[in-house]
Amino acid sequence: MAKEYETVIGLEVHVELASKTKIFCGCSTEFGGAPNTHTCPVCTGMPGSLPVLNKQVLEYAIAVGLATNCDITRYCKFDRKNYFYPDNPQNYQISQLYLPICRNGYVEVETQDGGKKKVGIHEIHMEEDAGKLIHDEWEDCSLVDYNRSGVPLIEIVSEPDMRSAEEVIAYLEKLRLIIQYLGASDCKLNEGSMRADVNLSVREVGAKEFGTRTEMKNLNSFKAIAHAIEGEKNRQIDILEDGGKVVQETRRWDDTKEYSYAMRSKEDAQDYRYFPDPDLTPIMVSEEWLAEIKAKEPEFRTAKMERYKEEYGIPEYDIEIITNSKRMADLFEETTALCKQPKKVSNWLMVETQRLLKEQSMDPEDIRFTPENLAKLIGLADSKAINSSVAKEVFEVMFNENIDPEKYVEEKGLKTVNDEGALRSTIEQIVKDNPKSVEDYHNGKEKAIGFLVGQTMKAMKGKADPAMINQILKELL
Amino acid sequence: MDILNMTAVGLSDQIKAGRITVKEAVEAVFAQIDKTEENYHCYVTIDKENALKEAERVQAGIDDGTFTGPLAGVPVAIKDNMCTEGMLTTCSSKILENFIPTFSSEAVLNLQKAGVVILGKTNMDEFAMGSTTETSYYGVTKNPWNDAHVPGGSSGGSAAAVAAEECFFALGSDTGGSIRQPAGYCGVVGMKPTYGTVSRYGLIAYGSSLDQIGPLCKDVTDCATILETIASHDLKDSTSMERDDLDFTTALVNDVKGMKIGIPKDYFGEGLDPEVKEAVLAAAEVLKEKGAVVEEFDLDLVKYAIPTYYTIAAAEASSNLERFDGVKYGYRAKDADELHQMYKRTRSEGFGPEVKRRIMLGSFVLSSGYYDAYYLKALKVKALIKKAFDEAFAKYDVILGPVAPATAPKLGESLSDPIKMYLGDIYTISVNLAGLPGICLPCGKDKAGLPIGLQLIGDCFSEKKLIQTAYTYEQARGAFGTPFHPAE
Amino acid sequence: MANVISDETIDYVGILAKLELSGPEKEQAKKDMADMLDYIDQLGELDTSDVEPMSHIFPVHNVFREDVVTNGDDSANTIKNAPADKDGMFMVPRTF
Repeated sequence: MAKEYETVIGLEVHVELASKTKIFCGCSTEFGGAPNTHTCPVCTGMPGSLPVLNKQVLEYAIAVGLATNCDITRYCKFDRKNYFYPDNPQNYQISQLYLPICRNGYVEVETQDGGKKKVGIHEIHMEEDAGKLIHDEWEDCSLVDYNRSGVPLIEIVSEPDMRSAEEVIAYLEKLRLIIQYLGASDCKLNEGSMRADVNLSVREVGAKEFGTRTEMKNLNSFKAIAHAIEGEKNRQIDILEDGGKVVQETRRWDDTKEYSYAMRSKEDAQDYRYFPDPDLTPIMVSEEWLAEIKAKEPEFRTAKMERYKEEYGIPEYDIEIITNSKRMADLFEETTALCKQPKKVSNWLMVETQRLLKEQSMDPEDIRFTPENLAKLIGLADSKAINSSVAKEVFEVMFNENIDPEKYVEEKGLKTVNDEGALRSTIEQIVKDNPKSVEDYHNGKEKAIGFLVGQTMKAMKGKADPAMINQILKELL
Repeated sequence: MDILNMTAVGLSDQIKAGRITVKEAVEAVFAQIDKTEENYHCYVTIDKENALKEAERVQAGIDDGTFTGPLAGVPVAIKDNMCTEGMLTTCSSKILENFIPTFSSEAVLNLQKAGVVILGKTNMDEFAMGSTTETSYYGVTKNPWNDAHVPGGSSGGSAAAVAAEECFFALGSDTGGSIRQPAGYCGVVGMKPTYGTVSRYGLIAYGSSLDQIGPLCKDVTDCATILETIASHDLKDSTSMERDDLDFTTALVNDVKGMKIGIPKDYFGEGLDPEVKEAVLAAAEVLKEKGAVVEEFDLDLVKYAIPTYYTIAAAEASSNLERFDGVKYGYRAKDADELHQMYKRTRSEGFGPEVKRRIMLGSFVLSSGYYDAYYLKALKVKALIKKAFDEAFAKYDVILGPVAPATAPKLGESLSDPIKMYLGDIYTISVNLAGLPGICLPCGKDKAGLPIGLQLIGDCFSEKKLIQTAYTYEQARGAFGTPFHPAE
Repeated sequence: MANVISDETIDYVGILAKLELSGPEKEQAKKDMADMLDYIDQLGELDTSDVEPMSHIFPVHNVFREDVVTNGDDSANTIKNAPADKDGMFMVPRTF
């Protein structure tokens, strides 16, 4: 009988923090921008430049640590991690090895059988991101852009507590929500503001010792993570079944080929010669400071779900979806505060918003429209100033361009025509032009009235109230 | 008026009084440079055109009352490891042979705000690694007192330029003695302030936890004045200290009554040249006569300072110099089409032997399996050395000793035996490890006519005691002179 | 005392430090490093078992900047000294 194996997984999750400036200089962290336009002597490793720590970065890191039940290191330092690569302008990365800011935490995740499981957090440390390398086919060379160099990161290192791709994704979802709720990052996997490296080993069920692990990089979607775990698990089991030994190494996952490749080079000694960075002073975190950061902690998801149930009376399924994104929850609460119609707000977020997000494969964090505009749209629909199909049309434009619905409806002349006389004469004409349908209606074909309503709507360019059309039609027929 | 014989402060007074123009001062220096630079080679870069332009601008600033400070109008030289916007900055290395910084170091900016005129950049040991200025890629600098001898290092170009009257003062940097030792060899005044007093922003790092910028100049008054000008709390340097006692010139007081001076016995043992010993002890005697209390004490940890220093400095240097890789600036090896080959060839061709030696040692002591045994051990011994100085300064205001075991060695004698060269740093190095201020001023000459340096070491933040003690000694000693204006 | 530096060690340090030594240079480097390590080994004479390593000389902590953008587009200065550049970026031998 074949042996049974257990997969042991630990994660190293890098999260780009939401500070306005880089970790050690006053350059903007804004995404995009022409190459090297968000750079200065510090983040490009110019001789003579020196780093100064961004306080906001430290406060975000501490907040994440507190929210994940970590001990906060009261005396912490930065270390230099030395390795040569062109995206690393100093050829050392400022990071933390010996005294990371947070240690010994955990998050609780729901398992597939509905139970709960604690995933341990070994440590969280702060570090700087690297620049970007672009391959230039024409010149057969690489080009370096340091706009991302020095963007603040935290690296959250888990214990090897996960046993399946499902647990890994549950853990990542949990981290994502906590960090988004804190406002410490938007945690977008597709844009790389949240990145996960997977450490994986297999062992026979019942074995006490861990097997040899590999580290997999380049995983930029939940799908890729699940594929990579499955692929690597099978690769390692095959090796063991063939009587071989798993080699401890770093592998790069290629999601299109669904295979990982060893990233080995004789020039890559993996000996980083960490030592305390003499250019940065140590950090002391006082009780008072911790209390201050703790006091600013937002309402997290569980508490929010409870409150929504009591305060807004919307369906639990809606609550589930809306609170699964900080942006959605904020939109919901802010719009409701303006229009006092939680159910209608929830409806827009649940139906049309979800549809468009899906169609455009967008992250909820990227929603552009404001609560003010959604409230205005709800107001327009409520007052029957526009009918529901026009409302959907306007919503889509608002979703894409964040237009002001009131102005838009006005400019495009989309208001429902409430002039009964005009509507009546239009309908009279329609009835006259469609004797066949009128006859069908009188012969008991109820559907025929639908056709006449449609024709009327078409003639009115969609700007009529369907209820009013129905009423007049029935009178005339 | 003999402009070149003036001190910086003296010259500025004359300029402000309208008796000399800035242009005359600058031209006088260039006349001297024309005469002596070819032999001494104090500079890597001289920018006469820029200096003359600056002279006009500064003169206008003096005339309109913009520049009123004690250094206004003074022509100065900057060690070539401090960034100067638009002016070549090489660290005396091939790897920065074409590097033109886009910003200036904070210390240089502070001088410019005070209305100085920058003449050029002075020669040094490559990346400040060396004690003789012989490791420069751009050739050796000679000692103006005797051109068969070295000027010391690593700020040898700065010290020699002051002694040769090729500038009125210069900035140097001191990681293990690199200001004080060449000051001693060249018979000028040099001071390394307390760590964190002068911003390191724009100083191209060698050993970041040890590096400090300081003045090399003609007398103690200049020294206090320059330090007062360049010291500042700089928000761009995390290790820059906020101090409210930067008015160093208030310490120019001719009085040491009651000053407690400790003489470490360990500074006067084996290896110290008898002539140096005699001159330094005679200086102590002078201070005693002026009312200081002079006492001997033990500082036996000092012999461990050299191995501690070379471990820490090499480790930090190995990391600090990683950025010189041919990607962003400086030299890049030709025709290297593979990345790591480009790195290796660039660095192997770009760095000289002494720099490579220290980078390799530093990489080794930080490498996996050796970190605890070497680097961490050195950090522990550093703590012991700091403690020993804390204990000494509980008893003494100032520690007095020689700056080096001997006067300037002959050119070409030092580099063949690195450890022997490192041993020459014995009296200066522990000052950097403990972050202390130290000053060196001439206290005599040996039979060959080479200057002997007296070193005074103070507790952290006690520059004023050093300045007061040095000033009092200098007043008693009288003018020391330069090779071109010997003392009467 | 008497450290011996092997060829492997010097080659390894060469990889870490990105230095390539010629034959004679390598021999010299082995000797120099062994001599220095012998010399540094005298630190072993000191008992430091109860001593905290001192990385920073002064007890200065918490030097921060506020999270305010102070830098604009400095790209021209950033690449001014580049040995090779294209489209505002640094050009290096291919890394992929």
